[in-house]
Amino acid sequence: MADKILKKLKIKVWRQNNAKSKGKFETYTIENISTGSSFLEMMDILNNQLIEEGIDPIAFDHDCREGICGTCSLYINGRPHGPDTEVTTCQLHMRKFKDGETITIEPWRARAFPVIKDLVVDRTAFEKILQAGGFVSVNTGGVPDANTIPINRDDAEESMDAAACIGCGACVAACKNSSAMLFVSAKVSHLAKLPQGKVEAKSRAKNMVSKMDELGFGGCTNTQACEAECPKSISITNIARLNREYLVARISE
Amino acid sequence: MSKFLTASIGRKFVMSLSGLFLMVFIAVHLGLNLLLIFDNSGELFNQGAHFMATNPLIKVMEPILGLGFVIHIVWSFFLEFVNWKARPVKYAQKNMSGASTWASRNMLVLGALVLVFLIIHMINFFVKMKFTGDPLLTEVTINGTHMHNAYALVSATFINSTVLGILHILGGVLLGIHLSHGFWSSFQTLGLNNKNWLQRWKAIGNIYAVLIAVGYAVIPLYFMLGMYK
Ligand code: HEM
Ligand code: SF4
Ligand code: FES
Repeated sequence: MADKILKKLKIKVWRQNNAKSKGKFETYTIENISTGSSFLEMMDILNNQLIEEGIDPIAFDHDCREGICGTCSLYINGRPHGPDTEVTTCQLHMRKFKDGETITIEPWRARAFPVIKDLVVDRTAFEKILQAGGFVSVNTGGVPDANTIPINRDDAEESMDAAACIGCGACVAACKNSSAMLFVSAKVSHLAKLPQGKVEAKSRAKNMVSKMDELGFGGCTNTQACEAECPKSISITNIARLNREYLVARISE
Repeated sequence: MSKFLTASIGRKFVMSLSGLFLMVFIAVHLGLNLLLIFDNSGELFNQGAHFMATNPLIKVMEPILGLGFVIHIVWSFFLEFVNWKARPVKYAQKNMSGASTWASRNMLVLGALVLVFLIIHMINFFVKMKFTGDPLLTEVTINGTHMHNAYALVSATFINSTVLGILHILGGVLLGIHLSHGFWSSFQTLGLNNKNWLQRWKAIGNIYAVLIAVGYAVIPLYFMLGMYK
């Protein structure tokens, strides 16, 4: 079946020159977009058009374009990664939109994710949280043989599920409090579930949470919007685990 | 410790513990007040209210309960303010209804409305029974014990004032909605949750929330509809 053509779309997009400037919405018209093209392809076509018109192209983040790197972002029509579930923006297709529609595109909005230009935000805050404890401090040596450390299958599965987090920041963008709890809980959980990571579980939870607070993310109120909008469906039960690790760490100190 | 109470998970911990404490109170309070509709002579309710007013354990609990409310309310405004500041530039277009429940996004609004109701409720009952007295609040003697006829005050209030009756029904329903999110949320906050218990806490929480809403709404309705006759 041939893909349908969206004859005309209005793209209302956030334009901002740099981190310091104020920024505002601009609306552009784009024609003849195939429903089979991806959202980012539509953005590329729009940018070509803008360049031809002598307008500065829209800056947006992207890299792998296959849903695994977590670089693409965009808050599309009121939702992170747009009107589809369990996908990143690069995996979103134009068949999710209607002909004649106005599509509103905003950057992730959070104090901890300042806009650099247009739709590109600075997600260094996530790196800083990882540096605060998202690792296992052991001396690296030779690679151990497989299965020398027995790991319960359920634990391995839960750890792997949490490790699926690609650090995209959609959880922060979706949360009414701009909280990074889902991201932090995923990073704490995939290590806490394994014997190598268990050793430092308490200090890890404490350090990563303090870093998260310090960087200006909001607190979690369990709305569950993060899980619903996460492209990897990271479960909020990881947040319960983080709460548990953190509370035990604080009470026992 | 002070750092813990203002850290993100610490703030939540305070909300959760105070919320759980208030939920226990709300259930006990409902249990006692349901005596209003199970004995039209009012003796059962009056004895219950008298027991609560004189029991030493309850006397100790009263100020703690007040403190529980104050902590829950003060922290709720503090926590929501910090969270609000975490997004200095708001979104122009939001579509959050598919990803989270309305109640979970409006806990402060719901809580604040419950607070308004609580103040009206206290002025009409608690203050009169405890401090100022009221022409409707006569004295009775049951089994040789002299006590307030609290039943007379409550029943007359709802029979005479449709406005107060409706406000009480509304108060119960708003609290029920607050708890439809608050109940399971408080266990999640304490870390007492996993993939099996998530759905269980939600189911128990919904049952609890409905019981609270219906329970508190039935009492004024009972008198407003003349079912005591
Ligand atoms: C009788 C009364 C009340 C009960 C039983 C109650 C119960 C609860 C419970 C169990 C929670 C969940 C805590 C958690 O998620 O860990 C909660 C959250 C909340 N309550 Fe109340 N509450 C009551 C009154 C109020 C009042 C009067 C206010 C405010 C003015 C209020 C504001 C809030 C807010 C803003 C939250 C959300 C906090 C969060 O999710 O972290 N509540 N309440
Ligand atoms: S938890 Fe999900 S939404 Fe948040 S950063 Fe990881 S993959 Fe993205
Ligand atoms: S560009 Fe890599 S996940 Fe979208």
